[in-house]
Amino acid sequence: MDFDLTEEQSLLVDSVRKLLSDKYGFEQRKAYIASERGWSQEMWSSFAELGLLGLPFAEEDGGFGAGLTDTCLIAEQFGRSLVVEPWFSTAVIGGSALRHGGSAALRQELVPQVAAGEARLALAQQERQSRYDLFDVATTAKKSGSGWVLNGNKGMVIHGDSATHLIVSARVAGGQRDKAGIGLFVVEAGAPGVTVRGFRTVDGQRAAEVILENAPAQHALGEAENGLPLLEKVVAESIAALSFEAVGCMDVAHAMTLDYMKTREQFGRPIGSFQALQHRAADMLVAIEQSRSMSYYAVQAAEESDADERRRGIAAVKVQIGRASRLVGQQSIQLHGGIAMTMEYACGHYFKRLTVNDGLFGNADFHLRALADEGGLVKAA
Amino acid sequence: MDLNFSAEELAFRQEVRDFIDANLPAATRQHLIEGKGPTKAMVVEWQKILNKRGWAVPEWPVEWGGPGWTAAQRYIFREELQMAPAPSPLGFNVNMCGPVVIQFGTEEQKKRFLPRMANLDDWWCQGFSEPGAGSDLAGLKTKAVREGNEWVINGQKTWTTLAQHADWIFVLARTNPTAKKQEGISFILCDMKTPGITVRPIITIEGGHEVNEVFFDNVRVPAENLVGEENKGWDCAKFLLGNERFGQARVGASRERIRRLKVIAAQTMDGGEPLMADPEFRRQMTEIEVELKALEMTVMRVIAQDMKRKDGKPNPATSVLKIKGTEIQQGVSELLMKAAGPYAWVDGDPDEEGTNEWDVAPDWAYGLAGTYFNWRKQSIYGGSNEIQRNIMAKAFLGL
Repeated sequence: MDFDLTEEQSLLVDSVRKLLSDKYGFEQRKAYIASERGWSQEMWSSFAELGLLGLPFAEEDGGFGAGLTDTCLIAEQFGRSLVVEPWFSTAVIGGSALRHGGSAALRQELVPQVAAGEARLALAQQERQSRYDLFDVATTAKKSGSGWVLNGNKGMVIHGDSATHLIVSARVAGGQRDKAGIGLFVVEAGAPGVTVRGFRTVDGQRAAEVILENAPAQHALGEAENGLPLLEKVVAESIAALSFEAVGCMDVAHAMTLDYMKTREQFGRPIGSFQALQHRAADMLVAIEQSRSMSYYAVQAAEESDADERRRGIAAVKVQIGRASRLVGQQSIQLHGGIAMTMEYACGHYFKRLTVNDGLFGNADFHLRALADEGGLVKAA
Repeated sequence: MDLNFSAEELAFRQEVRDFIDANLPAATRQHLIEGKGPTKAMVVEWQKILNKRGWAVPEWPVEWGGPGWTAAQRYIFREELQMAPAPSPLGFNVNMCGPVVIQFGTEEQKKRFLPRMANLDDWWCQGFSEPGAGSDLAGLKTKAVREGNEWVINGQKTWTTLAQHADWIFVLARTNPTAKKQEGISFILCDMKTPGITVRPIITIEGGHEVNEVFFDNVRVPAENLVGEENKGWDCAKFLLGNERFGQARVGASRERIRRLKVIAAQTMDGGEPLMADPEFRRQMTEIEVELKALEMTVMRVIAQDMKRKDGKPNPATSVLKIKGTEIQQGVSELLMKAAGPYAWVDGDPDEEGTNEWDVAPDWAYGLAGTYFNWRKQSIYGGSNEIQRNIMAKAFLGL
């Protein structure tokens, strides 16, 4: 048992931290968001140069062969700076999908492009009616020649508007809520029949509605008729990274709050000297420490080979991290007071990202119900 | 980063489990499964069995009978005891007074007291809290005055756990009334048979006799029973309180209770169905399980840090363990009581034998409310959870 970083991991984290401290200040980030695409091409190139885009891919495919832990460590740093580039959708979600489900031919074609920053990926799994159920899929895929043709609407596709390739869940067989008969298909965003409507989300990121009308797909990831297990695995790994991201966000929001409590004076003394506020800050620390612990467990759970165990473990992670994110986010605003209500001040942006982070792939309530329905974590005697 | 126990550690877990299975008296195990506190005889019998195996004092140095385990092994051992469930070695001997004597005591004191502590030939109790000194422990008033070769102790201690069983008490007493409050305190060992000591039971809300008042009326103690330097007792007290890095988390104990809860909830009917089928009950139980998993990982982090650095540096996680560990235990005790429904209401001390003799409630339900009431103490003792937040605010948040 060892929670320390390896030397390589420390170097990686240090280089990311350095880049972000130089190029990702709060004002710089604002400018990236205000730009036409909503993020910075310059930063994207820097990520490619640092190797962050090819990080999770195998070396023989043109990646760096890093493990899930390394990806998570980057996610934590990106959370600290509220990075808005499509790294999470490309390297984490897309990376996981390609690594576990991509054919050798597809990986050889796509991974070098991803690593170089030329291709970007996004997962289109959500639909209007599906809410958080990964298996609730109305979009259809029909065999056509050597590939498939897809029809349907996908919503809230994170970074869907900048993706060059969409990974789309679509039904090849069965009813809308059947767990079997779902495939994951790679659709080129520029292909005929693909309409992408981009928009900004409340946390300053980008997302898109994707409309597929006889959209062609050449590649399926994993088994074309039984892609749900792969999708669940991909989501589990993505949740592990999201939990690290949330810890990074919470850490900064908390530190910012503490700084403010030490300097803001009312009634002739720093507000941090009031015990009611001190205890609130201590409760935030408890929540963050528990979340950090849980994020380590998330890596372990995501790598669990038994799918039921994995699902239960990951659900527990979402519950803990989601609850803590809410507490830390809300309290960091409350302890600051009015200043944190302003768009000008960074704290609220952390709160907003934490709120969205909780909802990604199912919020704490959803996962609590799912875990409770599966009998919890502890086996009965 | 490697979050798993090593193969050696897993083998060690199995060894501990096998030893417990082979040696833990069945009656003791059943008594604990039913949620009752162990009797004195059970604790003594089991600690002697552990001591024979060399496992009674996991935290002590090898020189004084410790097994030389790593922090991970010590954690595994404690967790296995809690999950069995088996009594833990008596904390007052093993985790409180023993380590203080080892750290601050003379060779004489070590030879005289430590082996008997380890074998539980002497049962120790803790004379710290007073009616006017609870969370503000350094405000204690019990006095010890040096007269020739003796200390003469006068005053009153309270909340003295299991003093009714004790052969010895370790006392914090004021030896310099004029110094700043932390600087005039000494740590003195005292035979409970000494004339002038009176133990008076305090019955807690569930009806149990666990804590006591201990009165000192001109109690004369040999001068050689002072541990460490005169007026430096606060150092001993701080060492003692800071010594326990993960004991209050009690992850294994909570896991054992949750297992029990699931067994009970599967057979208790509620609305024509097992209670386990009630989504609201399941949700409450699952929330606790999630917290427990996070706590388990927090414990792992503390252990990993201890194994690497051994600098004994304070870690905010220690307060997290206290706060979360106690909240979880209290939460499970509440769910167990709720699971029993009206049958939790039969009055009586849950630790007493034979109080359900007319079979007025299912055996498994008996005493569950009592335990719930009793466990409210957990967020009060050992530095109340509010004190833990004060510590965090000062030591880690810089407020």
